[in-house]
Parts: sequence; C-alpha cells; structure tokens
Amino acid sequence: MFDSLAEKLQATLADVRGRGTLTEDDVNAAMREIRLALLEADVNFKVVKRFTNAVKERALGSDVIGQLNPGQQVVKIVNDELSALMGGESEELKFSSSPPTVILMAGLQGSGKTTATAKLARYLREQHRSSVAVAACDVYRPAAVDQLVTVGGQAGADVYERGTDADPVAIAKWALDRASREGKDVLIIDTAGRLHVDENLMTELAEIKRATSPTDILLVVDAMTGQDAVNVAEQFAEVVQFDGVVMSKLDGDARGGAALSVKSVTGKPILFASTGEKLDQFERFHPDRMAQRILGMGDVLTLIEKAESQFDEQQAKELERKIRRSEFGLDDFLEQLRQIRRLGPLQSLLGMIPGLGGHQLRNLRVDEREFDRIQAIITSMTPEERRNPEIIKGSRRIRIARGSGTNVQAVKALIRQFGQMQRLMKSMQSGKMPDIGALMRQGR
Amino acid sequence: MARDWQDLFITRDGSSAAVQDEPQQQEKRRGFFKRLRENMRKTREALTSEISSTLFENLDEETWEKLEEALIAADVGARTTAEIVEQLEQEADRGELTGGEQLTARLTELLANVARVGDSRIDLTAGPTVLLMVGVNGTGKTTSVGKIAWHLRKELDQKVVLGAADTFRAAAVEQLEEWSRRAGVDFVKGPPDSDPGSVAYEAVAQGVRDRADVVMVDTAGRLHTQDNLMAELAKVRRVIAKQIPDAPHEILITVDATTGQNGLRQAKLFAEAVDVTGIVLTKLDGTAKGGIALAIARELGIPVKLIGIGEQLEDLRPFDPDDFAKALLS
Repeated sequence: MFDSLAEKLQATLADVRGRGTLTEDDVNAAMREIRLALLEADVNFKVVKRFTNAVKERALGSDVIGQLNPGQQVVKIVNDELSALMGGESEELKFSSSPPTVILMAGLQGSGKTTATAKLARYLREQHRSSVAVAACDVYRPAAVDQLVTVGGQAGADVYERGTDADPVAIAKWALDRASREGKDVLIIDTAGRLHVDENLMTELAEIKRATSPTDILLVVDAMTGQDAVNVAEQFAEVVQFDGVVMSKLDGDARGGAALSVKSVTGKPILFASTGEKLDQFERFHPDRMAQRILGMGDVLTLIEKAESQFDEQQAKELERKIRRSEFGLDDFLEQLRQIRRLGPLQSLLGMIPGLGGHQLRNLRVDEREFDRIQAIITSMTPEERRNPEIIKGSRRIRIARGSGTNVQAVKALIRQFGQMQRLMKSMQSGKMPDIGALMRQGR
Repeated sequence: MARDWQDLFITRDGSSAAVQDEPQQQEKRRGFFKRLRENMRKTREALTSEISSTLFENLDEETWEKLEEALIAADVGARTTAEIVEQLEQEADRGELTGGEQLTARLTELLANVARVGDSRIDLTAGPTVLLMVGVNGTGKTTSVGKIAWHLRKELDQKVVLGAADTFRAAAVEQLEEWSRRAGVDFVKGPPDSDPGSVAYEAVAQGVRDRADVVMVDTAGRLHTQDNLMAELAKVRRVIAKQIPDAPHEILITVDATTGQNGLRQAKLFAEAVDVTGIVLTKLDGTAKGGIALAIARELGIPVKLIGIGEQLEDLRPFDPDDFAKALLS
C-alpha cells in the first residue's frame, strides 16, 4: 500500500545529484513526501508539523556533496531526527525497594490491557524471577474476570479476584494487602477499559491509584490508533500521570505512528511492545526499530555501508565474468554464501531492505541452519566434485552425506537446486550479479 | 435513510415500522440526536474551536490549511482530505462558495456523500438470515453482537440465535452467553477449544430447526495480517454457506473509531477474505471522530451500517451519513 518513504525521497531528489546543495524547492518537495508518509503512519499532525520543520532546517543547511546522494542524505536526516524524537535507549520499569512493586494497567476499551497484564506477569516471572500476582478490577465487561483468571493462570501468576459485585477500588486495596501478606514481589492491577473523557471512570482510576500508590502506571495503547492517540495520552497523563506505555498489537501492519505521537506529546517512554496473541510475544521496546517501522524505510544506510565494506569489487568482477562464461561452480557459490552471511543474520538483513515490510518478512522464515547445512555439504566435497557436481553419484553421495552430517536426500537436493541456479544464471543476459533473493530461494 | 432500527432492518413481517406513529418517531429521533450530540460534545468542542473561528471569516489560504488539519485530525486520511479540500477550493475559486457558512454546509454535504455508499440497510427476510461478525481484536465484536441481538429481540420482535464462534479468547464465550441472557435470545456454544466452523454450523442448524429469524455468529478477533486466521474465517463462511447457499447474508466488520489509517488495511483484507457488507463503527463516544470510516467508504465502497456511541444498549445505533457528517464538524 505504501511505498517506502526512503525510496520516494530518493526518487524526488534524484535529479539534484551533482548540484552540490539542496534548494528550497527540493526540500519542500521532500517535505511533502515526508508529511504524507507520516500522516499515513498515523503520526499526529501537530507532531508532523514540528518534525518536518526540524528536518527542513537541517536539510537546507546541509552540504550534500559526499558519498551519499541528496536523497540518501535527506533519508539520513529523517532517520536521525526520528530516532531522536523516539528517545534513545530503551527504558526500564521501576521496582519498589519495599515489595510488592505495584503496577497499574490503564487504557481504552479493547486496547489489550488484560492480555498485556498476563504477558507482563509472565515476563517478570521469566526475566526477573519475580513472584507475581494479578488483580482483577474490571468488574464491568462481562467475563473480563474469567478472562484474567484464565490468562493470568497461564502466565503462572496468582489471580486475585472477588467477582464482579465488589467495587474496583476496594478490590485493588484488598489485593494489595493480600500481595503484601503473601510476600509477592509484584502485583499487577488490571482495570476496566475506560474512555479518557468518561469522568466517573477516570475518577475511579485516580482513586485506585490513591489507594494503592503504584510504583509504575502503564498506559496500554493500540498500535493501530489514529490521530486521537494524543488526546487519549494527554487525558490519562493528566488524571493518573502514567509512567510508561505498552504498545499492543504491533504484530499487525500498522505503522504505529501513535507511538511517536504519545512519546512526543507526553514525554513518557514506551517500555514494552506486545507482538502477538501468545503470552511470550512481549518484549522491551526499541525506539530505533520503531522509527524505521514508521517510515517503512528499513535501514538502507546500514545495508549500503555493510555491503560496501564486505564486497570486494575485484571479486565481484571476477564473479560476473564466471557467470557470463557459465563457469560458476559450487566453490563460487560457497564463496557467495559466505560473503552474504558475513553481512549478518539474513533475517535482519532482509529487514533492512525497503519495501519488505514486517508482514512479508514474518512469512519468509529464514532458517540459518539451512545455510550451515549447505556449507557443510559443499565443504565435504572434493575440489573436483565442486567443479563438476554431475559426477556425484552413489558412493560419493553417501560419503558427502556422512562427512557433512546430513543425509543423501539433502545432498541430492542441493545438487539439483544448484543445477537450477546455473540454468538461471545462463538465462541472465546482462551478466549482472545474481540477486540475493534468487540465491536465497535456491539455497532453501 | 437509516435512522432508526425499523429503518435499518427489513424484517419478514414488515409491520414493525408501521407500529410507531409519527410523533413518537420524531421523539425518538430527537432523543437519538441529543444523545449523539452529548456523547460527541468533546469532539465538537475541539472541532468547533478550530473550524468556526476560521471558516466564518474569509476563504483564504489559512482557512484551507485549518480545514485540512481538522479533517486529518479526524482520521479522514491524507488522500480523502486532499480530495475534499481541493474540490472546495475549486468551488470557491469559481465563486460558488462565498463565506464560511456556505463552506461548512458544502463540506458537510461532501462528507455525507462520501459516507453514502452501497446498500446501507440490512435485509432480515431470508428466514433465517445469517449475520457474521468479524474484525480485529478489541474492536467490539462480541459487545456489538450482544447489543444488536437485544435490539432485534426487544424492538423488532425477531427470534434470534447467537453462535459463540470465538473459541479462542479466554472467556469470550461466557461474555456472549451473558449477552444472550440479557437479550433473551437462544445461544449456541461448542465444547472448549472447539472448531469455530463447527460452532457456526451448529448455530445455523439450530436457527433453521427452530425457524429463527436471525442467526448471529460472533468470531474471534484476528489481525488482518494473520493469514492462517483469515483462512479460518473464510472456512467459517463456507461452512455456513453449506447449509444455506446465500448465507451469511450479512457480514459486518467492527472498526474501532480510534483506529487510524490502518483501518483501511483491515477493511480491505477482511473484505478480500469474506466479502464484508457493512461496518459497525464502534467507540464513537470518545474524542475520536471515526473519519477512517469515510476513507473506507470511499476506497472500498463498504457502507457504515451501525455506530456505537456509548456503553449502554441504546448507544448502538443505525448509521446516518448526514448526522455523522454534522457531528464530525458542527
């Protein structure tokens, strides 16, 4: 649906190359693209305005002569500014010096509080070896208590509940007493979803806060939230001064501009990302990754830098020559594979490629061990076999399989796939480098 | 134009609309308008301060910018906003719009026109009519199914069966069961962890057996990017169609009004999987304006059929494009 902003910027500024500096018109054209991309990512329009002004100032003043073309230069400025805006390091929960640490969960209806409560409980049990209890204070939504009993139990937390007839403030107070008595390290209080403009329920939330003096108050924000995220965050900040944010439903394809808006408007850090329906799909939030996701631009710069440092131009020419003459053997394939792998784990490499959004990426699971197996098989061959894979039959196959710790089927499959790849290369007229994607598909 | 439950639903006896006499209808309509306005008060305050102070002045560059920002802030989306603003600018250039008042009126008209797509009514004459509720997690599917069932039962005197095909989320079945009790309608569930298709099948079978008017099937929330779960949804639909060829007759997607531009992706992918026929725009009672519904209507041609403007039963209402446009901007 969206093209990557990085690509758009480079296209917009392509003809500026060589002029040395960016004119105001160039920059304005780039700003229009940035503005549109950020709005489509649901970044609040006021934040967008401030942001484009900051980028514009830097872009106009900057010198674009250098190794990067002007498009890339602006991409870099955008990336820098965005990362700065998202906050640098990922931040941590606070823990009370006199347990239990009390964590109060708040948010709109359907933002994912109950799920986040259970996930956080599990996270703290696993990562901090804490004993955790969760308190069911959502007495309004039918069966919300049942839901917490189930998922809280799955997370290995004690679930403190008193049905739906008690008052939420009373339940919270009672749960805190019980957690202290039972020597829990952490008590997480799940509350009912409430609208930030619902005075009664917001007052109730403030009362729960007063009654339990939470160590941390977390606002759960749906990653798909639009422009309204700012209003929601401001209201919750005013009433309960929350300490941090949990972004939920980040496993979808929403760009998550809400994260940027909330951070920018309230200054509160985003602490956790909830990325799936399973309880263990919950992790510390990384601002830099979010910046890249919002722009859908991948980390082009890193990829370019890495590729430049790893690929020897001389080697590349030699390779081209071999491919043109159909001399590309298993040895060359092995060398290619090693070069690519030197760039880093393939999964993260793919993430740097613009246009490969999170969605496609997750479906394309790269099994690094598969590459280990391929390398093992090739290195178990004699030089002659590597030059001439056709001679690998019967006993050779068995020897290679044994030497590489694989099996005969795997050896056969590799040789067959390599044959297909050779044919593919022959069909390439221009003699350019085989693209990474094609290599990978063959490799699998 | 759908304004009341009798206007939204076409029922088999067809007499329900006639039961109400004119003054009562008027009264009800006023009641609704009042409620919508009250619930959207904050929204309007925010917008009014931005719009009335500028639009009623002259139509200059600043006006267009402010207008654009107001629409963007309502989640209408950059593209739809650009189109609307451009059209208004052109009309102003041609001298067709001269002051702020005219502009506001024309803007409301344009917004309502964008919202007015497809068939905005729901036909319940199939005997039984099967209604499938789909949507992303936390958008209000179960609550909407419960409330619709209540209205169909209490106001339109329909015999309703609810099928709890959300077999995934903890306690979702209990939540719907509670609604079935409140609405006084029949309820079908499977054993724990059962296949959603089999629950849907059972619910439709019971609806046919008991000669129900409406069978409503609730499904688990799923992200539109989860291919396996979207395939599961398509299967639920096929299972239903096996018993009644034209069913499900109505497939509604719940869209949370606070959703941003991703709502368009949601609607698109759900529509590709199961032919969505309408939108239930939920949680309009906050400060979110639900402008994403306009983007969905414009790009995908799927009409909003119901809106949720509060937690009470009567807060789920038939959608009206004019009221929506006014509430968005008045």
